[in-house]
Amino acid sequence: MKNLDTGKLLSDYGNVLVLLLLCVVISVVTLEEQSPRSTAAAENLAARIVGDAGKNANILILVRGGEGQQKFANTLKNTLSKSGLNVTDTVVGTPADARAALEKQTEPLDVIATDEHMAAFCLEQLPNLAKKYPTLANTTAYQPKKHLWPNFLKKENLLNVLKQISVVAIIAIGMTMVIITAGIDLSVGSLIAFSGVVTALSIQQLSGGADPTTGHLLLGCAAGILVCALIGMGTGGLVTLFNIPAFIVTLGVMFITKGLAFIFSQSAPIPIANEGFAWLGRGSDLIGLPNSVVLMLLLYGIAHVIMTHTSIGRYIYAVGGNPEAARLSGVPVKWVLVFVYTLCGLLAGLGGVMEASLHITGDPKSGTLVELQVIAAVVVGGTSLAGGQGKIFGTLVGALIIGVIRNGMNLTGVEAHMQSVVYGVVILIAVMVDQLKNRARKTN
Amino acid sequence: MADAAQTPLLRMRGISKAFPGVQALSKVNLTLFAGEVLALLGENGAGKSTLIKILGGAHQQDEGSIEIDGNLVRLNNPLKAQSAGIGIIYQEFNLVPGLTARENIFLGQEPSRVCFIPRAQEEEKSRELFARIGVEINPNTLCRDLTVAQQQIVEIAKSLAQDARIIVMDEPTAALTPREVECLLTVVRELRSQGIGIIYISHRLDEIDAIADRVTVLRDGAHVTTRAKEDLERHEMIELMVGRSLDKEFPSHECQPGDVRLAVKNLSRGTKVRNVSFELRAGEIVGLTGLVGAGRTETARLIFGADKKDSGTVELDGKPIGATSPRDAIRCGICLLTEDRKSEGLVLGLAVQENFGLPSLHQFTHKGLINREQESDAFAKYVKQIKIKISNHEQSAATLSGGNQQKVVLAKWLQRNAEVIIFDEPTRGIDVGAKYEIYQLIHQLTDEGKAVLMISSELPEILGMSNRIIVMNEGRVTGEISDVTNATQADIMKLATLREEMAA
Repeated sequence: MKNLDTGKLLSDYGNVLVLLLLCVVISVVTLEEQSPRSTAAAENLAARIVGDAGKNANILILVRGGEGQQKFANTLKNTLSKSGLNVTDTVVGTPADARAALEKQTEPLDVIATDEHMAAFCLEQLPNLAKKYPTLANTTAYQPKKHLWPNFLKKENLLNVLKQISVVAIIAIGMTMVIITAGIDLSVGSLIAFSGVVTALSIQQLSGGADPTTGHLLLGCAAGILVCALIGMGTGGLVTLFNIPAFIVTLGVMFITKGLAFIFSQSAPIPIANEGFAWLGRGSDLIGLPNSVVLMLLLYGIAHVIMTHTSIGRYIYAVGGNPEAARLSGVPVKWVLVFVYTLCGLLAGLGGVMEASLHITGDPKSGTLVELQVIAAVVVGGTSLAGGQGKIFGTLVGALIIGVIRNGMNLTGVEAHMQSVVYGVVILIAVMVDQLKNRARKTN
Repeated sequence: MADAAQTPLLRMRGISKAFPGVQALSKVNLTLFAGEVLALLGENGAGKSTLIKILGGAHQQDEGSIEIDGNLVRLNNPLKAQSAGIGIIYQEFNLVPGLTARENIFLGQEPSRVCFIPRAQEEEKSRELFARIGVEINPNTLCRDLTVAQQQIVEIAKSLAQDARIIVMDEPTAALTPREVECLLTVVRELRSQGIGIIYISHRLDEIDAIADRVTVLRDGAHVTTRAKEDLERHEMIELMVGRSLDKEFPSHECQPGDVRLAVKNLSRGTKVRNVSFELRAGEIVGLTGLVGAGRTETARLIFGADKKDSGTVELDGKPIGATSPRDAIRCGICLLTEDRKSEGLVLGLAVQENFGLPSLHQFTHKGLINREQESDAFAKYVKQIKIKISNHEQSAATLSGGNQQKVVLAKWLQRNAEVIIFDEPTRGIDVGAKYEIYQLIHQLTDEGKAVLMISSELPEILGMSNRIIVMNEGRVTGEISDVTNATQADIMKLATLREEMAA
């Protein structure tokens, strides 16, 4: 009994293990000496200087200019001053600025507090300068303690991974449901472009050339999303009423919407003349999380509840597992199918809006081949193409696996074509594992 | 005719085979001589199909031996059986509809070298084979353009092309017109005269009368008898097939039929269901029986809205219901327990509890969310009441035995509290103990005033359970038996084999 549970656990959450393993591997590969620039690091450095140099020492703070550096320098200065040390000057700038500041020293300088960039400068230049300027004869340079930390595991990088997968992952929610019903939707990539173009055009039309208001922006987004939902509904209708394989219907819809996106936009990206439109794609309002990531997590939460706690979710599994048995149990099979295709279209429309928001443009070229990334995420997430099986969070994990692999390859400088090869291999392995799982289930 | 002293062409000795939960065959013997037709008789589920599948290499026996010409053979896959000279013509043909008759005949026998197929040669051979059988078919016709009878001939030719000396025909006439049946019987006689041994499975006793040399009867997976046909009267055949003591097999029960609940009027669909009319009263069990293919299941599916009817009406409590889908029918209070649980009754990949709740989700849904606890409690009640053996509610339905699967389906519909319940072969593949429980449950339902239509091929079950019996053949109702206590299986069989011409 216990063994059986472990087996079930492995088959249900095996891809989480794969994800963790990948994270470990990429962490090890991207391990590098890091010089922290946090407030804590500044305080730590100040404490060390106070300990070594004693009170009343003269201190110069040299920090290379850049994002967040001023804060680092200020923290250093405040902490050192509070401890009673004499901070002669604080320079946040280029090596030239640093040299000028050193040359200006009138009193003997005991300590230079630096970040890792200026530490390198001091190491190089201080001996020469000391010969020229007696004030620098007994000067020691201090920098924050370096430590080993993977580039991969830095907060900005992890947020970046999440942000990059958000569009694919959101559309993959709809795709998971479609694939659980044993269908497929190839049109989502084109719908991204179509939705972006429709949104941008609607905003243009609504605002009539003037700067669009927030109301205009929202209406434009609603238009883009709704049009895609309607297209999805049409797809579902064709699949159920005429019994045409979903592969063919969505292939047709893919070509049609791609073409229409280019026709409507006259083949040129349509700019959106309001920076506020970037809120969804670029903003990050909630505890530093990008808005797109918050939206993604929210939608996954909702989708999980739908799939596990509502009738429609149960029906989706039933239709995929055995449409005839489902029908004879009173499941409205056709409606279920129309629902999943509509939802998939709607989410693709939302993905298009997110993509447009990221670039503040409705671009007919966006979304190319995204349908394949979405399908890959679903498949890697353990959803069977045969239908009837799959988990929403599995898909999130699948999207994460693909995102993490891409990020890892970017960090280690794997070239783009090689990345494509690796994706292919990952997908094949995922499908093989799926088959092995099925075989194991059958023999049991 | 076979001479008892000669070495039999085929001898199966002491064949046993068990499937999970069912002993399909136990120590069955079968002997076939060259140049004879051996009829294999038995009710549905008696083990004929299993025996044939073992002979065809599709299943392996647990015990027993198979000899051909006195030599022991092991038929552990269909290819071995083929090369041993065994050709099996299953009810569902193994023909590729998009290929021609010739291509089908030689499919899998193309020269192993990579080379052009000797088309002319094959065509010549096909014509020879058809001539040998005595039927004219153009070898270059696509199989999908052939009639069912012609396709059967192609199957036979295919077996002959593989040098089959033993040909098994499983219900070959089920889908044939009377004329085509005559032709087929001529073909069988022709094959027999060429020294081929034929095992002929059919429910139609007049065919057996016409063609069989000897008859082997199976019942409940065991060998009952093998006798020369001359020594067997027709009623004897039926008795041997179905005969068993009925005491204690069915719970005793008194029924008080009430008002008419369900009235079916002139229901028709193609040739499968023709002008079927009957009534179902509150608190009664009506048995619907007939041979395989008589149109019983199809009738049930029409009432349930699972298939589209051509004409006719279904009334519930005097009001016509236009059920165009099972969903409609379920809403009106009709439910159908399908014959094939695996393909129609259950979604095998889902948990048993999820299968249970499927038609009644609205009962457990509050503010859009399913209350799984409530669903689980409801299911637990039935698990206890009808003794479903499961390890937990989340177990996948695929892992259950047939009997337990049937009970899950039953629980599913009981929860729905339907007024009219149609059982299609409710006890197929279920052991005797579980059968008894299901019978009791059906009685309980009628006590509550529900109307039950029970489709079954097992005549003892029909006789033991029904208050009234409706018999169908070839899509029509051929008779109704109201006085069940004095009816016999022979009475039913007579009605079930009543042909169109005779009925008219």
